[in-house]
This record gives sequence, structure tokens and C-alpha cells, in this order.
Amino acid sequence: MTRFVLEYHLVAYRRVWRGSVLSSFVLPLLTMLGFGVGVGTYVTGGVDGVPYLDWIVPGLIASTAMQVAIGDSSWPVLGGFEWQRIYFGQAAAPLRVADILDGHLAFVVFRTLTSCAAFLVIATAFGAMHSWWALATLPVAALVGLAVATPTFAYAATIRVDSYLAVLFRLGVIPMSLFSGVFFPVESLLGPLRWIAYALPLWHGVELSRAATLGVAPAWSLVGHVLYLSLWAGAGWLLAHRQFTRRLVV
Amino acid sequence: MVTLILPRLISFEGAGRRSSSVVERNATTLQSSYWLVLASGFLEPVLYLFSIGVGVGRLIGDLTLPDGRVIGYAAFVAPAMLASSAMSGALSETTFNFFGKMKFMKLYDGMLATPLRPIEIALGELVWAMIRGALYAAAFLVIMVAMGLTTAGLAVLAFAAAVLVGFAFGGVGMALSTFMRSWQEFDLVASVQFALFLFSGTFVPAQAYPPVLRWVVEVTPLYRSVDLIRAVTTGSVGWRQALDVVYLLVLFALGLAVAGRRMGQLLCK
Amino acid sequence: MTLIHARGLVKRFGDFTAVDGIDVDVQRGEAFGFLGPNGAGKSSTMRMIGCVSPPTGGVLRILDLDPHRDGPAIRARLGVCPQLDNLDLELTVRENLTTYARFFGIPRKVARARADELLDFVQLTERAGSKVEPLSGGMKRRLTIARALVNEPEIVLLDEPTTGLDPQARHLVWERLFRLKQQGVTLVLTTHYMDEAEQLCDRLVVMDGGRIVAEGSPRALIERYSTREVVELRFNAESQDVFAGKLAGVGERLEVLPDRILLYVADGDDAVAEVQRRALSPASVLVRRSSLEDVFLHLTGRTLVD
Repeated sequence: MTRFVLEYHLVAYRRVWRGSVLSSFVLPLLTMLGFGVGVGTYVTGGVDGVPYLDWIVPGLIASTAMQVAIGDSSWPVLGGFEWQRIYFGQAAAPLRVADILDGHLAFVVFRTLTSCAAFLVIATAFGAMHSWWALATLPVAALVGLAVATPTFAYAATIRVDSYLAVLFRLGVIPMSLFSGVFFPVESLLGPLRWIAYALPLWHGVELSRAATLGVAPAWSLVGHVLYLSLWAGAGWLLAHRQFTRRLVV
Repeated sequence: MVTLILPRLISFEGAGRRSSSVVERNATTLQSSYWLVLASGFLEPVLYLFSIGVGVGRLIGDLTLPDGRVIGYAAFVAPAMLASSAMSGALSETTFNFFGKMKFMKLYDGMLATPLRPIEIALGELVWAMIRGALYAAAFLVIMVAMGLTTAGLAVLAFAAAVLVGFAFGGVGMALSTFMRSWQEFDLVASVQFALFLFSGTFVPAQAYPPVLRWVVEVTPLYRSVDLIRAVTTGSVGWRQALDVVYLLVLFALGLAVAGRRMGQLLCK
Repeated sequence: MTLIHARGLVKRFGDFTAVDGIDVDVQRGEAFGFLGPNGAGKSSTMRMIGCVSPPTGGVLRILDLDPHRDGPAIRARLGVCPQLDNLDLELTVRENLTTYARFFGIPRKVARARADELLDFVQLTERAGSKVEPLSGGMKRRLTIARALVNEPEIVLLDEPTTGLDPQARHLVWERLFRLKQQGVTLVLTTHYMDEAEQLCDRLVVMDGGRIVAEGSPRALIERYSTREVVELRFNAESQDVFAGKLAGVGERLEVLPDRILLYVADGDDAVAEVQRRALSPASVLVRRSSLEDVFLHLTGRTLVD
């Protein structure tokens, strides 16, 4: 059943995919040029003995995964309840709430994976990839995507006005992408701020992603990071499911 | 420039009063959720300042400017954040919001049945966008002064410069919106805006770019804005900044004139 | 005194001529109507009178002023109720009125007092603090009418004031408009409902294809272009045409519509007797008085609402 819901989203996406190429692909590319190449020239010593470009790219992959996943589970989910109301149409079909939720989540993972894969290709062209282990960033991206998408689904299914999404981006997404070790090591953050970064999902994705492309050991054990991200995904899913049920089963 | 062109655009007595009634209308719509958006908008440049200016700045150390002076990376990035936040504040109000009001809410159709004229509506919307932008700029400058990135005296001057930047981009945004046909086209605006944000001498001096790219960068409006505000906050204003000011004034006047004209064509068929 | 004066007024959009040289004079205190089907050029004419659409040709003077030069000054004295409600969805019902008043430069205090008066007039006082979105179609329409009155206009332009409303809501709007008319406000309205035109208009023009095809009071138009009574006959048959021939000579004129035949006669009962004498047995027979619908049918060969 989940498959049919995914199919619906893929068919709908076929009509608009060109527009999304810009935001989910060109923007990260520009970021890589602007920071990795531009600012990188001034980071003469590199970071942890690695050139700045090589250091920043795995972080940007994880960050792209987060941004695409949240972008695709915020406005579309709110719209599914408030504007186009697609969920109500799906609920009228013989689908369970979990099918509707999982089908849409599967689509978000699809979007996350394709965006990150494209980014990976470009990064390779810039010579920022050094081994086949770089491919391991893709499952990491999918996991990061799920860890942030599920709580976003829950949030977007709770609010009624889209200005609260702007608040989510300004108070959640942007700070997280700026302070999760993508651009500079979290170790240089002040104590309490560092702990906030540890608590949020993106830093774990960045660590895993960096371990994959640079072949360095992550801060926590590999399993620890994966488990922590799974915890976010699982808890988020439960919240989202509860919220979807409240709205769809009246 | 403004005093030369504006009176001819708005010659009718009471135009100022009518424009301000548009501002008043927008103020009436403020609700709790919008306040939160408004307040959080101020955070964005501050976050960038701390992440890139301070965080990445620690990796970079000090920066040698083309004129030989050496400044901290945060002091280099901060004025650029102020300029780009003035840009994005003005653009978000005059592109996305303005387009929605014009095309979907049909707000201006109702307004045009009153003595309001298209150019007066445009000016009113622009002033509204500026009030918001000016509040952000002032708050950001307070932080800059507190961090020792500029002095209080220079901050006052930088405030005026940031408002000018906002007006220039507001005019451009509004003019652009009148040529838009669908929401999708705003993705393009957002991408261009992001490219400007990254490559307008914001994070590295434009001198670091290859020569051809450098010339392209130097004619873009955000580069001129960064150049102006950075010269002010670092206390190195020279003749070059007169060029920046004239450039931004022309942009503003052109944007407003085009927007008013196009609105007339679109709404008064 | 002539408030609206048009001679040879033309409006073109590219190759398409929406208004094709019309002459109109509206006097103070009059209720004047433009009657015609969709696409007749009514709304284009209204927008020109509202000074938001420059005429392509001809003469147009409103309140003895030139719309091109004195647009804002004219609009300050007009009230406009457009075909589609363009209320401000971000504001409450009452704020819609007070904010709109400010566009006319009306002082805040006066605006508030007038908003309350008008809400009372259109019977929306209880909904004053509500948002616009949840209002019913009839309430939105009344609010739009109230908004058009906020500047105490000399002329109120109403573009299809009751299109899309249910019968009860329509009657409420008519009743309010009738009261305005009694207060001496000049009303100019467009409609494709003849009952609306008959209810509200002192004088009207019938428009078709951008031209005026007839002008006068509803009564005079009916007398001139139709008979006193109409007999509507429906036959149980694929086509009504067969019966048309058999009805020749009954009444002054005959119109064949897809679902019925209209006989234009001086006395309906006489005509029905004649139909029965000819051994025709229609499935239904209806005798009624002539209306503007019949006038329009006669002038253009088409029905108003299709």
C-alpha cells in the first residue's frame, strides 16, 4: 500500500522536477564554490591536516540531505492538510495512516538521495573525493533525511499557518546548518552551545559523512552515531503518526 | 537623484499621505505569528556572523585588505552580512509578498478603485519593507558595536547606508515581480540572490577572484552595497563610496519607476 | 445634472473590441443599468467609468471631470463594487472598512464611526471581528457593498451585484440597494438578470457584442419590444420545430427554443384556446407577463442566461 502512495508522489514530481533541481542541487554547488574554494584559499592550514575543501564537502553533503529533507516535508505536508488537501483524498481510499505517512516519507528519502548523489558527482569532479568509500555518504544522507523529516512531518501536521514554517527555518534549519560542524569544528563552540550541537541530528550526520570520505574515525563510535540518528527518526515517526491520525481519523 | 526624479513621478498632492495609508494597511495585518517571523528574521545575519565570521574566522585569522590594512575576519564579514540582510529583507517583502498580494489576493485591484495610484501603492509597499529592514539593521549594528567590530559613530552612518541598500533592492525586487508569471520563477530569484550572497566580496575580498569574474562581481548591486557598508564600518570611506551611493540611488529610482509603470499596465487594463 | 457622459466610447484589447462605440448619459439620483449576457462589454464599460481602465476611443466624462487627468479626484467620489469580491483576507470585517476608508484620506475617528454605521446597514455588526474567509457569499457581497460606501460616494458602481448568490441573499442585497436609491445615491449596475434590472433600474441599456441595442425604462422596453403576455409551450418530442409550423398565426410572434416554444400574444388565454382548437396537446402550458428576457430575445435572437 505504501508503494501506491510513493507512486503518487513520484508521478506528481515528474511535472515539477526541473524547478527543484535549482534549489536542491545548484545552491549546494554554489556553497561548495563559495566556501570550499573561495574561503578555503584563506584557510591556509586546513583543518585537522586536511585541505578545507576536502573537509567541508562531506559536511555539505549531510547538510544538503537535511535541507532537502526538511524542505520537502514542511510546505508539502502543511499543504497536504491545508491547501491541496491530498491526505484527505488518500484517507478516503483504502489506505492506513501509516501507509500515507510512509509513502510520503519514502518520497522524501528519494529526493534526499538523488540530491546528494548529484552533489557527490560534482564534488568528485572538483577532486574532493578520494576513495570509493565516499559512496557510503548516501546511506548516511538517507538516515539524516529520515531523522529530520519525521519530526518535521509531525510539526507541519500540527501547525495551520505557513509563517510557522518560516520560523522553523530561521530558528531550526539555519542555525543547525551553521553550527553543526559543517563550516568549522564544533569543538571551537562554547560549552553549552557545543552540547546543543551534539543533541541535534545534523552533527552526527556530518561526522559519519566525514568518516566516509576522509577515512577518519568519527567522534563517537560509528554505531553510536547511527543509533542516535535512528532514535530521532523513530521518535519523529511516532509523533508524526500520532499527529496524522489526529488530523485524518476524526 | 531622488529629489530630481521623484517629484516628476509623484506630482500629485497627497501622494505621501496615500502611500502611508498602504503602510497603515500592512501594519493592521500584523498578527502574533507574523511577529515571530519578523523577530526571527533578525537572527539570520547574526547567526552567519557567529558561524562564518567567528567560527570560520578562527581558522582564517586576520585578513589583509587591498589597501594594506589588516582586520579581523569577523570585522570583514560583519558589514557584508548587514548588506546582504538588508538585501534579503527588502527582496522578501517586495518579491514573494508583493507578488502574492498583486496576483492572488487581488489586493491592489481594491486599492486602485480608491484615489490611490499604482506608483503610490509601490512606494507604500517599499516604505513598509524598509521599516522592517531598518529595524533589523539597527539591531545588527548594536551587536557589531557590542562585539567591537565598529564604533557607535560609524554605526549611525552604516545604518543610513543599510537603509539605502534596502531601498535599492526593494525597488529592484518590486520591478522584477511585475514581470513574474508564476511562483516557480521566484526560485530563480532566490538562487540569484544566494549567488550574490556568496560571491559579492562577502566572505573573501573580490580581489581573490580571477580578473574576468572580478569585473562581473564588481558591477553587481550587492558588491556595491558591501563595498559601501564595509568602508563605513571599517572607517575607510573614500571617493569610491560616492560611486556606490550614486549607483544605489539610480537603482532605487529606476526600480520604483518601472514598478509603478508596470503595475499601471497590469492592473489598469 | 449629468454625472456620467459617454459618446462613442470604445475599448479594445488587442484585436478584440470589448466596447464598440456606446453613448450613455446617467443623471444624478438615477438607478441606471447595463443589461446583457456575459461578454457583452458591461464590465469593461464599468472599469472605464471606475477610472481604472483607460478608454481606447471616444469621449468619457465623469462628474464633469476627465478620467485620464483627474482619475484620483474622480475615484475619491465613486464607490465600486467589483464583479468578484476583492476583500482583504488578511483583515477582519471591520478592518476592511476602516483600512479602506484610510485610502480615501478619511480621518481614523470618522472611519471608525462610519464602519460601524455601515456594518449596521449591511447587517454584519455581529461579524465585525471575524475574518473575511469564513463569511458566506452573501455576507462577503454585502461587505463589499459596505466598503464601496465608505467614502459616501456620489455614484456607486455595482458590477453584477447578486451573481452567484442564493435567492434569499439576493433579496437582502436588493433591499439594501433599494434603500440607497431612496436616499438619492446614484446607482450604476450591470446584470444579466432581468428581474434584477426590473427591480432596481429606472432606466437601462441593453448591450450585446459591445454595442447598445436598446435603451429606456424596463416598462417602456417591454412595451416597445414585446407583447403584453407570453405563452410557453413544451411538447414531448425530440424537436420543438415540428410544432412551430402548426402554430403559425397564433399571436404576433413566435420563438423556438431547444426545450420550448414562446408565443408572443396580447391575451394569453385566447392563445391557449386557439392552441387547443388546433388539436395540439403540449405537455405543459404557462401563461406569463412579458419580461426583459423577452426583450433581449427579440433584439438579439438569444437568451440572456445560457
